[in-house]
Amino acid sequence: MTRLLLWRGMLAGLAGAFVAATFALLVAEPHVDAAIAFEARHALHHGQVELVSRATQKTLGLYTAMLLYGTALGGLLAIVVAACHGRVGAVPPRALALLLAALACVVLVLAPALKYPPTPPAVGLHETVRLRTGAFLAMLAGSLLAALGGARVAQRLGPTLTPLDRWLAGGFVYVASVTLVAALLPRVDEVPTDFPASLLWQYRVAAIAAQLIFWLVTAELFGRLAQPLLAPRVAR
Amino acid sequence: MTSRVAVRPLAAPTPAPTGAIPLAEIAPWAVFAAVVALILLYLVSTEQGAFALFKGMYVHEFVHDGRHLLGFPCH
Repeated sequence: MTRLLLWRGMLAGLAGAFVAATFALLVAEPHVDAAIAFEARHALHHGQVELVSRATQKTLGLYTAMLLYGTALGGLLAIVVAACHGRVGAVPPRALALLLAALACVVLVLAPALKYPPTPPAVGLHETVRLRTGAFLAMLAGSLLAALGGARVAQRLGPTLTPLDRWLAGGFVYVASVTLVAALLPRVDEVPTDFPASLLWQYRVAAIAAQLIFWLVTAELFGRLAQPLLAPRVAR
Repeated sequence: MTSRVAVRPLAAPTPAPTGAIPLAEIAPWAVFAAVVALILLYLVSTEQGAFALFKGMYVHEFVHDGRHLLGFPCH
């Protein structure tokens, strides 16, 4: 069963990533190009040989990165759905997949992006890339752990509270813990003073939107593919 | 001499919830998927950025736009 679900999860992730990459190509890439034009005007990366052309970066490179990312996360979504199915109340498989994707949007995309928002080229000092990568991954891990903590609390409170109150308690634990993690991690402030604020905003909205699209399309497809496998046999 | 207690069936060990897949069946797939996913995500997100297993900048430059748009620190 898990084997079949894993296949479907990776397939759904591949399709979700294709949709997200196409969105990124159409909506986000113009902002990347604008940021690179800003970078070129300021000669921030002067004298560098172009290893991969812009045309390849924004098509083949973008799709390759997104499809690898999507396949990996689609597979993980399938595993988590397999483990949660039948263990978190009577949630039908499609709703479960969408619910988990909505949680992933908050825990893996929005919360880390609030602390360390996506940055276009020309923003971010080359010298600090290690610190920034470490801090970003720590934020991601902290958000995930905070979510697991919230889920644990909600589960422990089980019979004493109504389902809505359990969600609120779990959500409170998550928000409080993730806020603490964000407060402890270092502040990164490397936007050049003359970088256009509107470009930064539009780039960030497009980048975050591409990831939300990935999760929602993947979960919806996976839910549809998994439904016949997971639905109780009597219901058919 | 029959006591009520004797005829009462023993409480069964907590049954698997209806329709749930046994965790033992999921575990090997979960570990394998997590390992493969971590390697792929590392290549897309970090290789030749903060760390480099391979020399040069080709991987970095190739996945450049995806890395930026997925929110990872790039350069």
